[in-house]
Amino acid sequence: MEKKRSLRQRLGDEHVAGYIFSLPFIIGFLMFMLIPMVMSLYLSFCKYDIQNPATFIGLKNYIDIFHDKSFWKALRVTCYYALIGTPLKVIFALIVALILARDTKLTGFYRAAYYLPSIIGGSVAVAILWRRMFEPTGTINAILSVVFPGMTNFNWFGEKSAIWVLIVLTVWQFGSSMLIFLSALKQINRELYEAAMVDGANKWKQFWKVTLPLLTPTVFFNLVQQTINSFLAFTQSKLITDGQPKDSTLFYTLYVYRKAFPNMGKSQMGYASALAWIMLVIISCVTALLFWSRSKWVYED
Amino acid sequence: MTKKRTIGAIVYHVLVLAGAFIMIYPLLWMIFSSFKPTNSVLPTAKQLLPTVWTLDNYRTGWKGFMGYTFATFFKNSFFISILSTFGTLVSSAFVAYGLQRLHFKLKGILFVLVLSTMMLPPQILMIPQYMWFRRLGWVGTYYPMILPYFFAIQGFFVYLIMNFIGGVPKELDEAAKIDGCSYYGIFFRVIFPLIVPALITSAIFSFIWRWDDYLSALLYVTKPEMRPISLALKLFNDPSSGSDIGATLAMSTLSIVPATVLFLIFQKSLVEGIASSGIKG
Repeated sequence: MEKKRSLRQRLGDEHVAGYIFSLPFIIGFLMFMLIPMVMSLYLSFCKYDIQNPATFIGLKNYIDIFHDKSFWKALRVTCYYALIGTPLKVIFALIVALILARDTKLTGFYRAAYYLPSIIGGSVAVAILWRRMFEPTGTINAILSVVFPGMTNFNWFGEKSAIWVLIVLTVWQFGSSMLIFLSALKQINRELYEAAMVDGANKWKQFWKVTLPLLTPTVFFNLVQQTINSFLAFTQSKLITDGQPKDSTLFYTLYVYRKAFPNMGKSQMGYASALAWIMLVIISCVTALLFWSRSKWVYED
Repeated sequence: MTKKRTIGAIVYHVLVLAGAFIMIYPLLWMIFSSFKPTNSVLPTAKQLLPTVWTLDNYRTGWKGFMGYTFATFFKNSFFISILSTFGTLVSSAFVAYGLQRLHFKLKGILFVLVLSTMMLPPQILMIPQYMWFRRLGWVGTYYPMILPYFFAIQGFFVYLIMNFIGGVPKELDEAAKIDGCSYYGIFFRVIFPLIVPALITSAIFSFIWRWDDYLSALLYVTKPEMRPISLALKLFNDPSSGSDIGATLAMSTLSIVPATVLFLIFQKSLVEGIASSGIKG
């Protein structure tokens, strides 16, 4: 009786309750994040092909990666995709948000239509659709050839343009950034525009002097989020181009996957682990860089 | 003046509508093409609406491949997505309550760890988790695609629900406490019913993400009868399966029906959910 009461009392203690409520996350973090990460950190210093036990080889994987042409290629492709795709996406999101900020009876419908691609864009169905649309005989060339007759047989999956098929796909999904811009736009104080108007500022000036500075925190948030996303693109590139042609769309995550699960030959899990860790360091650096740049251009009140 | 304004409004709507049409054109093309006779899909790629409407693509597509119909793949996807979403909601809300309302020593560190999981997306964890699950003997089972979600591992959802709980007046907690409610009672009886909007938003995102999850299926599903729709669709489209374009487009169309329907029903709460996650960030 005495013991039961004390257990109940203990469970009622705020500290104890705090840990009990956190318990799912603590277990999940240990089991599905920390242990795998530590394990892969160790294996990144090993030669490991899954079939045979891992053998410790020190820094060899990291040194090999440094001399690996495909690694540099994958890094270049990923940076190209991120540096072009992300700003385009954020700019599109901002422009469309400015256009849709006006309240009309149809605004809800418009918002849904522009946002829908983001909702289903990550699906295998859209990846398949994209591949089919950009085939030489697909709908894109069929429509373009009405205006540009030379486009009838243009090969979008050539070495130069294949990456653009993927960039167009990511820019198409600007919807969630757009919604974030829309809600930020709503919070801008109307009086600021009235004051600007009294000072004789036209719409164009109002945008550059009032709207844009006040939106910079939101631009920043979207840039960080979308940059990280584009560094991690996997499904769409795997399904649409599979890195082809000539590795011109070999995204970093795809390269990691290939090393771990090659079509032929032995798996190089140790090497893939090292690649994953390098990716993590790169993403952390990029994020840190973005945060460092924050004070230079983001407006704080 | 008013006439000028009306013309301006018409121009505005025409342009915005045209933009919306371009945005959803790929989807419209997929849907309408799936009702065209399969051999006319590419020759009439320019034309949106079918001249002859047919359901043949749906009939041939549904038969699937290697002895399994699409009914199996859909059933698998529903099973995985619903279970993992259920786990995500319950565990994330539970953890979010603790981190938002209770005071305890390691709370600060735990909160940082929750946020850090957003920096550790599946693509980074792909190799580490695969090796760990392999050791646990989970490859070839649904465990890797369901169990982790019962442990609040997606910081995004914990954070989203935390913000929402933050908006619930503390007086409600206090009143329940005076009435003799424990912290657990407060969570289940007071907080849980009040955060339903946040749970709906989370449920939709979680469901769609699990439904679309191709990477996990690729890594962990080894038996044909266990394939979810994402993996099945990919294989169905491969040239080795015959790759009938009409049937592929028909099954692709069916595969986006759940996400689209959820989106259309809960459009408003989704839009608000996205918007508020942004403001706080």
